[in-house]
Amino acid sequence: MATIEILGKQLEVDADGNLANLEDWNEEVAKELAKMEGIEELTEKHWSILNFMRKEFQEKGTAPSIRRLTKESGVSTKELYELFPKGPAKKAAKIAGLPKPKGCI
Amino acid sequence: MKKLVILGAGAAGTMMLNKLYAVLDRDEWQITIVDQFETHYYQPGFLFIPFGIYTRKDVIKPKRDFFPAGVEAIISEIDKIVPEENKVLLKNNRVLSYDYLIIATGTKIHPEETEGMKGELWHKNIFDFYTIEGACALADFFKHWEGGKLVLNITEMPIKCPVAPLEFVFLADWYFTERGIRDKVDIHFVTPLPGAFTKPKAASVLGDFLDKKNIRLTTDFNIGRVDNENKKIVSWDEREIPFDVLVTIPTNMGDEAIARSGMGDELNFIPTDKHTLMAKGYDNIFVIGDATDLPSSKAGSVAHFESDILFENFLDVIEGRQPKAKFDGHANCFIESGFGKGILIDFNYDTEPLPGKFPLPGVGPFSLLEETKMNHYGKVMFRWMYWNSLLKGKELPIESNMSMAGKRF
Repeated sequence: MATIEILGKQLEVDADGNLANLEDWNEEVAKELAKMEGIEELTEKHWSILNFMRKEFQEKGTAPSIRRLTKESGVSTKELYELFPKGPAKKAAKIAGLPKPKGCI
Repeated sequence: MKKLVILGAGAAGTMMLNKLYAVLDRDEWQITIVDQFETHYYQPGFLFIPFGIYTRKDVIKPKRDFFPAGVEAIISEIDKIVPEENKVLLKNNRVLSYDYLIIATGTKIHPEETEGMKGELWHKNIFDFYTIEGACALADFFKHWEGGKLVLNITEMPIKCPVAPLEFVFLADWYFTERGIRDKVDIHFVTPLPGAFTKPKAASVLGDFLDKKNIRLTTDFNIGRVDNENKKIVSWDEREIPFDVLVTIPTNMGDEAIARSGMGDELNFIPTDKHTLMAKGYDNIFVIGDATDLPSSKAGSVAHFESDILFENFLDVIEGRQPKAKFDGHANCFIESGFGKGILIDFNYDTEPLPGKFPLPGVGPFSLLEETKMNHYGKVMFRWMYWNSLLKGKELPIESNMSMAGKRF
């Protein structure tokens, strides 16, 4: 399995480049993953989305799609794209240390 | 009498009806099928209508032609399912009780989900080809069109038949070449995916075909709205693509009755066990075809492979056994590529489309991930198989689970 180096550690990633092991993730790792996605600083808004995604994943076993995100998190689609440019659901899942959402097949 | 109710008489529902009718004891089972429409559409044929290859009459037959005698067929909209009471409420005020339920209510397009999509240009300069109305309106438009910017846009995944948009632009390339105006038509394929298709290896091969056919590709484009006044589509991150004619694949959603029943996800697709095809949380409800939330393609071939698995599991469950058969996500798609040729792909949940020969290893006659005339004939032949074998629940010469034989990495 491929790995990426974060904060001096080799972490395993899946075929989509997302972290393979949930327990490898912590807030410091998230900040590094965000930088790799071109997001220099994670604001409170970013964190609220990331935390929502992790909570959904723990409850449902899959990361939420963008539709579920806008419906449940109260953040508009427009704003999500500003926070996580290009693909909010995909990008936020990556930074949250989760596999790619199922809707992205 | 035990009661089986099938909701939806499209490809999946009709196949299940015919397969089960053939084996269930008529003195013990009462089978009812419900659909709101009288007409069965051969949906794979919609793709050919805009280019004048098929017309409306080539893709329709009465649904009743495919219902065996002795089955109760009810033409009505479904109000909702009440799974706690094993009941289905219909819009015509009837109440159906069931011992077992098979849900095959499919998926529909929802252009109104995107701002401006169903505005003043709808079916004037903006068309879909996933409805008979859209496909016929586009055929009329193309007949007299003299060229310009043709943009094909996929709104969001999942969609029914993920290869159809590619086939559409391939056929457009052929059609406008035949018309002698290909140099005046700029064809642009705009997708929210990172490549031309959902699976990486096929995406790269199909992307090369786009290139070869001089079709532009824009990826990672998530449409936010349609600007009717300036004829542009605008992404959520404010990228703009101008069009003279927009062919859209709007948001796909499951039936509204599923939402009313509280049984669907945010797109009204039903959480379904991806191997057994039973609705999650219920031991007497099965789901098949486009209505499921499975991570497989929404396509007739998938519904067909699922029908073999569902058939076996249904017989297990009614006789008190655990469902044993496991669906592997098998999909098999003939991709029409224009100029009398086609490409074939065959894949499942775990194995992406690979090159090789199909269905006989080394022999074919079909070639996987390659453009051949024989693949095109496969597609042409398929309409006959659909009406005469598939819907009637007869065996087809393809295994329901994918085979690695004949494939190479």
